[in-house]
Amino acid sequence: MSRTYAVTAVAVVVLATVLVGGFGLRISRTTSDFYVASRTVRPRLNAAAISGEYLSAASFLGIAGLVLVHGPDMLWYPVGYTAGYLVLLVFVAAPLRRSGAYTLPDFAEGRLESRQVRRLVSVLVVGAGWLYLVPQLQGAGLTLKILTGAPGWLGDVLVASVVVLAVAAGGMRSITFVQVFQYWLKLTALLVPAIFLVLAWQGDGSPRITFDEHLSAFRADHPLYATYGLIIATFLGTMGLPHVVVRFYTSPNGRDARRTTVAVLALIGVFYLLPPVYGALGRLYAPELIHGGDADAAVLLLPGRVIGGLGGDLLGALVAGGAFAAFLSTASGLTMAVAGVITQDVLPSRGVRHFRLATVLAISVPLAGSLMVSRVPVADSVGMAFAVSASSFCPLLVLGIWWRRLTPPGAVAGLLLGGGSALLSVAITVSGAVRPPGWPHALLAWPAVWSVPVGFLAMILVSLATQSRIPPGTNAAMTRFHLPEALTTGRHR
Amino acid sequence: MTGAGYAVIVVLALLLFGGGLLLGRRTARPLRTSDVGTPVEHATFETLHTASLAAPPLRAGLTEDSARRSARRLRSLLGTEALCLTDRDGVLVWDGEGDHHGRHVMEQVAGVLETGRDTAFRSDCDDLDCPLKWAVAVPLTVDHRVLGTLVAYAPRESAVLARAAGEVARWVCVQLELAELDRSRTQLIEAEIRALRAQISPHFIFNSLAAIASFVRTDPEQARELLLEFADFTRYSFRSHGDFTTLADELHSIDQYLALVRARFGERLSVTLQVAPEVLPVALPFLCLQPLVENAVKHGLEGAVTSSRITISALDAGSEAEVVIEDDGTGMDPQRLRHILRGEGGRSTGIGLLNVDERLRQVYGDEYGLVIETGIGAGMRITVRLPKYRAGVHGS
Repeated sequence: MSRTYAVTAVAVVVLATVLVGGFGLRISRTTSDFYVASRTVRPRLNAAAISGEYLSAASFLGIAGLVLVHGPDMLWYPVGYTAGYLVLLVFVAAPLRRSGAYTLPDFAEGRLESRQVRRLVSVLVVGAGWLYLVPQLQGAGLTLKILTGAPGWLGDVLVASVVVLAVAAGGMRSITFVQVFQYWLKLTALLVPAIFLVLAWQGDGSPRITFDEHLSAFRADHPLYATYGLIIATFLGTMGLPHVVVRFYTSPNGRDARRTTVAVLALIGVFYLLPPVYGALGRLYAPELIHGGDADAAVLLLPGRVIGGLGGDLLGALVAGGAFAAFLSTASGLTMAVAGVITQDVLPSRGVRHFRLATVLAISVPLAGSLMVSRVPVADSVGMAFAVSASSFCPLLVLGIWWRRLTPPGAVAGLLLGGGSALLSVAITVSGAVRPPGWPHALLAWPAVWSVPVGFLAMILVSLATQSRIPPGTNAAMTRFHLPEALTTGRHR
Repeated sequence: MTGAGYAVIVVLALLLFGGGLLLGRRTARPLRTSDVGTPVEHATFETLHTASLAAPPLRAGLTEDSARRSARRLRSLLGTEALCLTDRDGVLVWDGEGDHHGRHVMEQVAGVLETGRDTAFRSDCDDLDCPLKWAVAVPLTVDHRVLGTLVAYAPRESAVLARAAGEVARWVCVQLELAELDRSRTQLIEAEIRALRAQISPHFIFNSLAAIASFVRTDPEQARELLLEFADFTRYSFRSHGDFTTLADELHSIDQYLALVRARFGERLSVTLQVAPEVLPVALPFLCLQPLVENAVKHGLEGAVTSSRITISALDAGSEAEVVIEDDGTGMDPQRLRHILRGEGGRSTGIGLLNVDERLRQVYGDEYGLVIETGIGAGMRITVRLPKYRAGVHGS
């Protein structure tokens, strides 16, 4: 593969990101254009931004790699990543927007009127955010290594530095447009090569692709249980991802938040049709990746392998650019969200300078992690972040929005038992202390099956035991969550 | 290097995070002085410490909740078996043993509530083993009004307890007076907000109507547009519900205001807007940007200046929105500005700036006051930072 094309593509993506972020809104407007200047973000635009931020390295590289190695069972990944938004749409989107909360700690404080719960949620948000950031940075390292043969740490450091620089320089001001740009870039970067790949495959006489054997003990052990673990984690975990929650604030009201979510479902639904194609074709054209080596690289290698020549180089460069867009957008979104929480709840005083300091803190810890830890398949480590989110934030959001009798002690118990046990299981799994095969490993590697019920039960039972501690503002908060804005303000827009 | 490193990092990071939180909270607390000084000094420290712990709840006024939270500290301050706080209507809290006395307390303190004088009485108890034989009731007065009583119980008559109860009651009264003061300050600020709403009108209304009148013959269509803008603007400014609004609504109102101003000044005033759509849903105190724009217009067109440019920008800054209002007008002597913001500028000048500054501090805390950069002849740049979320602030 030609290095020049790929390096150019990566450089262009990085530069375009910084430029769109910094200058997207510098074009000033006079008051005659006020309605243009002050138009709120439309649902479709916001949806593209959410999708751009959400489609991470796990989606872009990871799913294809998993399908390549483990076969069609892994299609539950794209299904889960998408269906999470359906749960979000039905139970959370509009009330969360109406709560006025910008972050999950804000929601906890607003609903439960307790600083302690707020602090606990902050710690969990930072933990889940870091867990999600590590695979993004590792993915970047892997990509750069494959493209240029650069040492593995270079990509990690590059993405981390770009994010810090962009945020610290006061860039990313028009973060919405950056993320919209990234979505379309990612879609194009997978769609165009996929079309050529499928054409090439037909040109070869459409050879049959078979997934006959299970190749890894990791999954072959208790496949049904693992699948359920994955389904629960992704279905319920999406609503608690810090960078997703933050973006709902941009919707002007609850109804638009719902519409946004519907549009997100469509946009990422389209996107997720593509990675399995790469996985299946990889089975045919890059079979050596199944045994040893980084299966996550399948998407990057296929264009050069199947098509070859200048066309293959160009398509490879396009995919590489798209992959970098995936790392950059998810990493910057997560970093901003984590840094926001650190500024508000950890650092003593506030201000722009503290936000910059928090940004460095927010990305340096996962960067250290990504450099020191051995590589787990990208989609797997992202799945772990989903499990933590599903076991802690999902009970908090769903019960907080739909159950009057939730109390602060109940929330604390649920967060600690559900989120804490999921976090611990994840830590034990990646430490390698418990190895497959066997039930202990399966239980710890896919904790959501038991940790989500634990979180819900702890929250409900402790709340029922402490009914005297129901926050006094519960009724007012519930009213705000569930009544459409037009009713509460007496205006129609 | 195996996956062990991963786990170690995760666990270490979490521990570090939790440790940092704890350390931060610990160091924020004052050091205990247990090892310092003679026994007498030590006792003094203890007493002052207990008193300082009892103070914060009472700053909220005399309610069931504040009484419950301070009663235990007050009782340890007095060293009695039981202590009771009442308001004018009933018992707020009973701390200590023998709470069956609570039923009779109101009859016994009726005299104290009436006269406002300390009274000692025997607690007539049917239970012979009851240790509470005697009590002293002290009124809690604020501005010569008796708000309630503090009743301290003891096994026998005690002049020391009577004296101590009197002193503690006086200390409680000071806290309650402070609570009253807090409340009247809040009322004052609310009144000022109302005053500010009313204040927009006179000059602006006359000038706008005059400007509109000048268009009626020459450009009736323009006059009609302006009248509609005027109607919308006044409807927003005089609306009666809610203390908070959204940045989108506030900016919309500012746009209408500027349309009316430009009808009057025409080419002399040019305005540039730069708004990040992400911050439009941010909630903020009602009418807290409009006075700043009005100020910019005034400064921009003051004196011999022939034309002026005003820039309004609202940008996304993480968990905050940053609104900057800038004009290239005459500016102001920083010393004079400092006087105005301290409230020493007299009624006529800069009351808008002062009011906005105070309301922002009131709602978001002192670190969110106005930041103003100016100099004589150097224009003025006002920066407002608005947190995207603050408990109790909901745009409506």
